[in-house]
Amino acid sequence: MNASVYARRRRVNALMLAATAACAAVSAGVLLGILGYIAWKGASSLSWSFLTELPKPVGETGGGIANSILGSVKVVGLAGLMGIPVGVASGVYLAEYGRTGRFAFCVRYAADVMNGVPSIVIGLFAYALVVMPMKRFSALSGSVALALIMIPIILRNTEEFVRLVPGTIREAALALGVPRWKVAAFVVLPTAGRGIATGALLALSRAAGETAPLIFTAFGNRYWDQGLLGPIATLPHTLYNYAISPYADWHQQAWAAALILMAFMLAVNVAARVWLRPPSTGAL
Amino acid sequence: MTAAAGERFGDRIFRLSLAAAAGLILLAALALAVQLSWASRATWAQFGPAFLWGRTWDPVAGSFGALPFLYGTAVTSALALLIAVPLGVGSAVFLTELAPRRLADLLGFAIELLAAVPSVILGLMGVFILVPAVRAVEPELTRTLGFLPFFRGAPYGVGFLAAGLILALMILPYITTVAREVLRTVPPPLKEGMYALGATRWEVVRGVSLPYARSGIFGACFLALGRALGETMAVTMVIGNAPDISASLFAPGYSMAAVIANELAEAAGDAHLSALIAIGLALLAVTVVINGLARLMIYRLERRA
Amino acid sequence: MNPTMDTEPPAAPAAPASGTAAPAAETILSVRGLRAGYAGGAPVLKGVSMDVRARAVTAIIGPSGCGKSTLIRCLNRLHEALPGAFCDGEVLLGGRNVLDWDPVLLRREVGMVFQRPNPFPTMSVFDNVAAGLTLNGERDRVKLAERVETSLRRAALWDEVKDKLRSPGVGLSGGQQQRLCIARALAVEPRVLLMDEPCSALDPIATARIEELLLEIKDQLTVVIVTHNMQQAARVSAHTAFMLSGELVEFGPTQGLFTKPSDKRTEDYITGRFG
Repeated sequence: MNASVYARRRRVNALMLAATAACAAVSAGVLLGILGYIAWKGASSLSWSFLTELPKPVGETGGGIANSILGSVKVVGLAGLMGIPVGVASGVYLAEYGRTGRFAFCVRYAADVMNGVPSIVIGLFAYALVVMPMKRFSALSGSVALALIMIPIILRNTEEFVRLVPGTIREAALALGVPRWKVAAFVVLPTAGRGIATGALLALSRAAGETAPLIFTAFGNRYWDQGLLGPIATLPHTLYNYAISPYADWHQQAWAAALILMAFMLAVNVAARVWLRPPSTGAL
Repeated sequence: MTAAAGERFGDRIFRLSLAAAAGLILLAALALAVQLSWASRATWAQFGPAFLWGRTWDPVAGSFGALPFLYGTAVTSALALLIAVPLGVGSAVFLTELAPRRLADLLGFAIELLAAVPSVILGLMGVFILVPAVRAVEPELTRTLGFLPFFRGAPYGVGFLAAGLILALMILPYITTVAREVLRTVPPPLKEGMYALGATRWEVVRGVSLPYARSGIFGACFLALGRALGETMAVTMVIGNAPDISASLFAPGYSMAAVIANELAEAAGDAHLSALIAIGLALLAVTVVINGLARLMIYRLERRA
Repeated sequence: MNPTMDTEPPAAPAAPASGTAAPAAETILSVRGLRAGYAGGAPVLKGVSMDVRARAVTAIIGPSGCGKSTLIRCLNRLHEALPGAFCDGEVLLGGRNVLDWDPVLLRREVGMVFQRPNPFPTMSVFDNVAAGLTLNGERDRVKLAERVETSLRRAALWDEVKDKLRSPGVGLSGGQQQRLCIARALAVEPRVLLMDEPCSALDPIATARIEELLLEIKDQLTVVIVTHNMQQAARVSAHTAFMLSGELVEFGPTQGLFTKPSDKRTEDYITGRFG
């Protein structure tokens, strides 16, 4: 009797443990499946002209997505120029001056809230803030949306890394007769620099993959953009347009675009991982 | 002490400019709510709260009700949680309790990478792989589970089921990562005590680790729910984009995020625009509440640790 | 410059009778009735008075938690940088109360070396030593190079690092790192150097090198060293202060204090009966 109870417990144990292993295998397997499939489908449509040419008129086959790649670089770059300084500065503020206090608490809470706001809603905000007053779709409005997405991520990451800088380093600098702000800017910040830079890079890559907030801000464009105040094509948005189109040729191009985007994301994430083991909650 | 005053001046300038940057975030969060409320005021004035339970969405006739979108968002998110929670928690248990360290690191990284896959790429996979697969499976589901209303209807492929599945994939990494971190915080003596009583590994997981980690895992689920509610691209690409309310999971539907993505750029007039922004405001409110609850659970857990 | 501050008379108010003052001749730092602690907590220093002789080593000994670290951290006002910390009384440097100074300027006069070596992680050996100057705006490369070399020589580190000035400061051994920190403090040319248990994280050989270096610089610089190690105090200092529970129990020439302590508590401590 006792032996059979024990045998049953062991069977349940083995079964449940196998089930958890299966869960992990499925989860990780999905990623491998996605990567493999995109590589396979995308590689066959990837070519030099795809990377360097403008899209062909609707109905003609061939053409490329050069304008989307350049557009993504511009929109994401501008977003970085706006978002990284603000995110890093406020992260440093929270870590250096705002460990306690109501204002710091509110900022931290606002950052958490903004981090949880869906990117499409951020897009709506940028639309109401920039597109409606200017009465035109623009690269600028897309960048504002992406910057708003990046800021809370960079802020919490920066705060975490600046907090990791030991107090003894601050004291060493203060004891040399260095003013507090120089201690923060020239000693503490460089010490946390690698972590902050990695976080900023990850935030940039996250922004580079966003589509939803760009649909009605950057809007898309079949040609080269006419500066930052006009509509502009971006890689994920073009990918989306091609994917939902009825043309087989565009589907092929969507896969190739997906390969480029995925390769970029993968490179950034692996590089960040190798360069630095992120602190535990980096993903959130 | 002019030099000294100069130093203090530098400190103040530095601190104030950092605080200004921080204040910008506070301002953005407030402006977000105010802007969306203001830009959607026409809709609230015309329909009042009834906008949220109006069942028709006809931009041409100027009739706006958000219920089909609320329904679609709720159904797909619930379906996603139903699939992703067991899968994610199971993975987390495997990674923390069973897998050798290096394998756990590798698998854990692969699952985290899943979170880095852009939504639009998952949508692409959804359109060309998931939807045909779902279309092939649906008749089979009708045959076996057709006594339930959820599994009846024509096999379109696109619809709630496909959207729920792809959403499950998108939130899976969040659940796994947080659950894994929480499971790591289970104090070893608790587990050892149970082992000493002759418990099997699974019994320790079920009797000690999971109960200990419960509030953190709930927090992870809420966080994931927050993500699921607002996910746009992948859902838009596979949900079918039909503002209908159907009991069947096979039927095409619509979600709040998807209708904004699809219709805003080509909104037919100010009333349409205002109604779409009103949906955005509702989405904002729901995600803020859900995320607030999740933060609360996780903050509480951090205080305990 | 605040005139009231400038004309502050160097005369000290009557000190609480918690310690005996050393001879006033050559006094550089006078501590008068110094009280310090944290808001809402018991005071850490309960009115300490002592005079520090110029160009000599003064040691402060006492059991853990007696307030000796807090005392020297008040001397360069680093104590106040901690949240909730307060500090009042008088610390006269050259006759003026440093508690009224700008702490930033004060710290250029009163340098500090800490318990654990704390070189700046992102800086090279050279940049570490030069940090106090470059961060305060010194751009003259020739002057910087000269000052770095002099400081490293005074810290007895030059020969070991002269070929790797461009390599990271954190790449040195623990003892070398601590001497690097000493060089860094010396490069600012302070009048007083505070050392807070500088050898507590070092092995005996590295400790011996620091002590040698202290004996070499003691004639040029005022050093106040907090140490847990009575032998160290006996070896390196001219005067020793013994502290207990936030009070200065005894202060006098090192030899006298260790051979003929006048207070029973000092005797108990140096003979190892407690602490």
